[in-house]
Amino acid sequence: MVRVEFLGPIQKDAMELDIANLKELAVVLQGDKELEGWLKNSAVAVNDTLVNSLDVALSDGDKVSLLPPVCGG
Amino acid sequence: MVTKSHCCHLCVGVDMSLELYDGGLDVPQILKKWYQSESKSNYGAFIPFVGTIRDEDSIEGLSFDIYEPILMSWFEAWQKKAQSRGAVIKMAHSRGDVMLHESSYISAVFSPKRRVALELIDEFVEDFKASAPIWKYDLKNGKRIYAADRSTAIGGSGILGEKI
Repeated sequence: MVRVEFLGPIQKDAMELDIANLKELAVVLQGDKELEGWLKNSAVAVNDTLVNSLDVALSDGDKVSLLPPVCGG
Repeated sequence: MVTKSHCCHLCVGVDMSLELYDGGLDVPQILKKWYQSESKSNYGAFIPFVGTIRDEDSIEGLSFDIYEPILMSWFEAWQKKAQSRGAVIKMAHSRGDVMLHESSYISAVFSPKRRVALELIDEFVEDFKASAPIWKYDLKNGKRIYAADRSTAIGGSGILGEKI
């Protein structure tokens, strides 16, 4: 299973999904009304490393994090 | 190393230079500690930046969430960049609520000569605003409201929203 975490203001519980890559995750999340508006402006990290492409394979135990727009300071 | 009573966690980056505190920062104490830690290191320039919560838009204060694993790797990359220029960066940030006129963010650069420190503090603070995984909320009427209009999407955002 792959754990998917929603950080900061997204306010959604983590999910455990049986998926093999980020494209499959995109399909799942695009069907989730709670995430409307967040997917187009959130960055994505796999095991705490930011990624820039959906061409990323996922394995059992991996963690995917969604990082919405930031503002420190 | 933990020198403030309400600091419950010290986030150790390169050279133990990244510090996270619950609530507002004790500015004089942190700057004094940083100054003393490098006072014999032969740096010719020490340039601190202190961010303070201003009284505006009827807020009572600000509040912050931090995602520490990526903050650590982001900071370590900057520390390596600073070290390649003979400099060192220090940073402290608040978690949770910070009230008006308190500080939530301090960073500083020490370098052999002023030009590197002046350039680095500018580059570092700008990238901090654009990339550090920290989320800001306004505290208004007892509510915590995400500061969406002042927030910036991290580079590369949006891939999960692409058409499949």
